[in-house]
Amino acid sequence: MPISSLIQIKGLRDGILISLGAGDWDYIQALLFTQIDERSAFFTGAKLALDVGTRTLRVAELTKVRDELSERDISLWAVVSESPKTVNTAQLLGLATRISKQRPNEMPREKVAEKSKGDGALWVQKTLRSGARVSYAGSIVVMGDVNPGAEIVAGGNILVWGRLRGSVHAGADVDGQKPAQNADAFVCALTMTPSRLQIASEIRNPVEDGKSPKAVKVFYKDDKFHAEAW
Amino acid sequence: MSAKIVTVTSGKGGVGKTTAIASLGIALASLGQKVVCIDGDIGLRNLDVIMGLENRIVYDIVDVVEGRCRLKQAMIRDKRVPGLFLIPAAQTRDKNALSPSDMIRLGNELRAEVDWVLIDSPAGIERGFKNSIAAADRVLVLTNPEVSAVRDADRVIGILEAEEKGSPDLIINRLNYDMVQKGEMLSTDDVLDLLAVNLIGVVPEDKSVLVAANQGMPVSLNKDSRAGQAFRNIAMRLTGKDVPFMDLEEKGGFWNRLSKLTGGN
Repeated sequence: MPISSLIQIKGLRDGILISLGAGDWDYIQALLFTQIDERSAFFTGAKLALDVGTRTLRVAELTKVRDELSERDISLWAVVSESPKTVNTAQLLGLATRISKQRPNEMPREKVAEKSKGDGALWVQKTLRSGARVSYAGSIVVMGDVNPGAEIVAGGNILVWGRLRGSVHAGADVDGQKPAQNADAFVCALTMTPSRLQIASEIRNPVEDGKSPKAVKVFYKDDKFHAEAW
Repeated sequence: MSAKIVTVTSGKGGVGKTTAIASLGIALASLGQKVVCIDGDIGLRNLDVIMGLENRIVYDIVDVVEGRCRLKQAMIRDKRVPGLFLIPAAQTRDKNALSPSDMIRLGNELRAEVDWVLIDSPAGIERGFKNSIAAADRVLVLTNPEVSAVRDADRVIGILEAEEKGSPDLIINRLNYDMVQKGEMLSTDDVLDLLAVNLIGVVPEDKSVLVAANQGMPVSLNKDSRAGQAFRNIAMRLTGKDVPFMDLEEKGGFWNRLSKLTGGN
């Protein structure tokens, strides 16, 4: 297979996008670095986004690429992928997972709409600490706390099996695609003390639901926020 | 020998990382261990001053990495405690003078020479921080009992977890027992409630720390200092000994408690 179909390099408004084709990850990686080293003058100091396709990458793999790029004075700022696992990993590493320009082979929109109906919720089995950002077109379930400074943005509902102290936005317009915003979305937490809570375009003023030991479900109906036992 | 590489980091600046490194270095060396302290704060070096070794610097860490000297030439021996060395940072360079892989190479070279490598991380979560944790086997996150420092510690712990460095241990520095009693300062429990990691030490607020730092005499050299004792305890816990947490009540905790029991003041 010609290299050009495995590694596509494109200029973006604010950096470079490299799309990696299918194939053995070690091989593709080696190819990528050969390409970069051959044209190091072009790449040095660049802001790079990587499109890894449907590949599932673990933290160790992503950090390795990022570190090798940084040795070449290239900063990796985004990883775009169709695999929720990879997206999640990239977000944990503080990388962006969307780029402003439309991706060439974008996921069909129907697929995104389907996800926000509730199937294929993103499962986050850890405490989200300050600086962590998780966004997903469907619903998000967190088994752990959401600490102050952490941020969750979901196209669907948000369930926190723990203390919610960070910022949450349910029913959000995650991909900038239709159907935008879902006012029927809700947020549940065992302890509800978010620093910011938003459902679709409605922002709720901080309310101390945490005073009650009960778990709370917050939803928006008839132009008002409602909280009920969960 | 196969050294353990331990990095002390905090996110927020000014919480006492450098003091902690100097104190832990001395405390570990006093236990008969061979210790190298590395100043990872390229461009803003301080560890040499706190350790009182400032005027003995000939070569620094960047000289080692760039091949201008051998590793041993850059290791400054601390004459007060046998087995304690410092590799100073370069003052005229910046964080980009080193890379994470340089640190890993350096760490591996040191592993064969000593028992402990203690790395002082710069504040922040950028290049300098990434360099300083690259080689670490174990990370100690240092925080003060105040909201902003704890937020930053939480961020740093999140990054360490994401980098698969494992869950770090926590040191709470500058805890003022009286203020906690009055509800004016976060307590140990408040901090642990948010951070949810293993606590390896609580260091009380102690004026002797500042005095010691200005004199270049790390506080763990001072037998009477309570902060010094807290750091010596942390050093022992690092070596695997089970040391009980000290009573943080100010001055003569025993008599205070006795007088409380007898209804006196």
